[in-house]
Amino acid sequence: MKKKNLIITCIFFIFFFITMFLSLDKNKIYSTRDYVGQQLADVDLEYFNKNSIFNTKKISNYNFTLINFWASWCGPCRKEHKNLMALSENKNLKIIGINFRDKQNNAKEFLKEMGNPFFILTKDTDGKKSVNFGVYGIPETILVNQDLQILKKYIGPLSLKDVREINKIVKK
Amino acid sequence: MLSNLGIIFSSVAFFVSLALIYLSLAELKISNNIISQKIYKISLVQLIFSILSFFVLLLGYIFSDFSMINVFENSHTTKPLFYKISGTWGNHEGSLLLWINILVLFSFLFLFLNKNKNRNFKIYTLIFQNLLITGFLIFLLTNSNPFSPIFPVPNEGMGLNPILQDPALAIHPPLLYVGFVGSSIYFSAALAALVSKVEAKSLATSIKPWVSISWFFQTTGILVGSIWAYYELGWGGYWFWDPVENSSLMPWLLMTALLHSVLVLERKIGLYSWVIVLSILTFTMSVVGTFLVRSGILNSVHTFANDPSRGLFILIFLILMVFSSIFIFFKYAPIEKKNYALFSKEFFILINNWFMVFFLAVVLIGTLYPIFLDTLIGQKISVGPPYYNFILAPFLIPLLFLMTSGPRHSWISSEIKKIFNIILVLSLSLFLIVFFLIKESSLIINLILLFSIYLIVQTFFDFYENFKNKSINLSRIVSHFGFGLLIFFISINHIFSIENNFNAKLGDNKKIEDYNIKFKNLEVLQKKNYKSVIGHFEIINNEKLIKENLKPEIRVYNQPETITYEASIKSGLLSDTYLTMSNISDTDIFNIKFQKKPFMNFIWLSVLLISIGGILNFLKKRIT
Repeated sequence: MKKKNLIITCIFFIFFFITMFLSLDKNKIYSTRDYVGQQLADVDLEYFNKNSIFNTKKISNYNFTLINFWASWCGPCRKEHKNLMALSENKNLKIIGINFRDKQNNAKEFLKEMGNPFFILTKDTDGKKSVNFGVYGIPETILVNQDLQILKKYIGPLSLKDVREINKIVKK
Repeated sequence: MLSNLGIIFSSVAFFVSLALIYLSLAELKISNNIISQKIYKISLVQLIFSILSFFVLLLGYIFSDFSMINVFENSHTTKPLFYKISGTWGNHEGSLLLWINILVLFSFLFLFLNKNKNRNFKIYTLIFQNLLITGFLIFLLTNSNPFSPIFPVPNEGMGLNPILQDPALAIHPPLLYVGFVGSSIYFSAALAALVSKVEAKSLATSIKPWVSISWFFQTTGILVGSIWAYYELGWGGYWFWDPVENSSLMPWLLMTALLHSVLVLERKIGLYSWVIVLSILTFTMSVVGTFLVRSGILNSVHTFANDPSRGLFILIFLILMVFSSIFIFFKYAPIEKKNYALFSKEFFILINNWFMVFFLAVVLIGTLYPIFLDTLIGQKISVGPPYYNFILAPFLIPLLFLMTSGPRHSWISSEIKKIFNIILVLSLSLFLIVFFLIKESSLIINLILLFSIYLIVQTFFDFYENFKNKSINLSRIVSHFGFGLLIFFISINHIFSIENNFNAKLGDNKKIEDYNIKFKNLEVLQKKNYKSVIGHFEIINNEKLIKENLKPEIRVYNQPETITYEASIKSGLLSDTYLTMSNISDTDIFNIKFQKKPFMNFIWLSVLLISIGGILNFLKKRIT
């Protein structure tokens, strides 16, 4: 009896801890680290405010571009926003926002509230376009150079450390 | 300067803890009746150094010493002093330091205040508690150091999230931490009891005050958190079944079960292993909750900055903790004979425990299932209030019923039973009246309402009967009375709340049911660290001819730049009027949310009563 209880308890906790460990590691399993160093996909994105298309090839017009995936419903996006605002002051860097599965009004409200760091703002209403960038959750941010090569990928909210790193790569 | 001092103090605390473990182990080998003085002295040194290190961080916040990353990231010179102070524990590193302080304080108090004669039991408790302390100190020093320096020293900090700048929130985390972390002491004591083979009654009496006190703090902490959510988040709700709220509720459910089963353990030899399991689980659940919140697995208003390395550390700690507990438990737990008479008091307490375990399972599944599904299958779902309400609500009915009948079982005379039958009939007819009055509402909520009334009435009889016998179990009466009231007022609130959203311009009038809302004026003010836009509204109740003026506010903070919506709430005795206003971009139209919420103050008061029961229970033990 005692042995049976012991085994059941252990199995339960082992299962629990393994799942927890995997969920901790989930970022790494789905890591889009592989994308780093590769060419940015050729994707047509819809502008946020007008009915026209922005193609990612246009990114080669700028020295460095930061592509940020965000939504008004996403808490961590709110958290990282001040860091995006800080980065938007860097003259050498253009920030392209991709508003992910969001309602237009809420997104507008969000930017009004928090400020608009985006040089170009596009939207991905059903979340399908973002797949091409290897995004599986937001916030996510990709740093691209003029040759459309992916230099860095940040999963989760941008931290101060990330801001420093980006500024270092881009140079003010 | 402060940074170095903090690192030194916390390192000293760490080495003292190690020394304490070593000396306690050595102490076990000496056969003596009393614990030697040096253990007490070192314990005091440990307390002093951990308090000093907390004090250093506090000073860092008060004097805005931005040479510490932690202060830089979470504070700002223009912040009011009160929020500078509360900023100390408003972040992951600082709160961890507070955790350690509570662990140390409880360890110290347990050693000094516990009158238990069993020397080895006390020493083992000290050892287990100090293993926990060392674990957390390693975490603090290696991974989450609040004293980490930053160079060059910035001139200005990044500011504290304005949503956290609220008096209720300043005290909410410390209260919860005392509850959470306080449970560590009976975790350690439970393991120590197994190893040192302490007898049941002695275990019960030595953990009972700690269970009561941590339960009191946990309850109050949850209450203050709800009040904060109600006043500050501006959604008009007070409980959202948010995963983080759940992680504070789960240990609470276990503590409640423990609080009851300790009573059985104290009087009869029974439930020994069960009390130990509950003690172990309560603290384990607290750490699981911490793991979920700090690792970034969950996302909610509460999440601290995400960092998987933190999660990994807590997970490893948790694994060690759980498996050593399992090992100790299965090695030492005695085999018990179970014989509980049907309808005896302990029978009802056991049922109470099964209810708590059931509630726990429901909340646990609701919280973990989405994570498991996402991790194992990759499917994302969200579990919200409908799940909890649907599953938990029906079970409140039998719980309330058992709470009514349980306490009177071992002592009640048949005379009172007759009165009870009358009450049953009365309440059933009352039920019909209520059901008639409230159209369009479900049977379940009405039954809950009825049984809560039943419980409330019963507590009066309980009190009367106690009073007659001159032995008043005030803590039980107050807590059960509070619980009855809580369920009663929540149900009433649920049924009678009014909620309406509309858009309005300055000067507009809007009619909602019996109320007429007039947007009279708009005012813009410049405050110390924010700009404020205040709307002046006049709400007239057409039926009762009551006029109320409400002023919801939109605040634009500069550090960090954030907008918050301050609800304007007129709290009345019988109901609250709740108004929030948000701006719609590029227009002069505002979105207004009007809510009428009956009996809010009574809901707070009921929870307060419940927690007062805990403190009464604690005091009762102290006096006798």
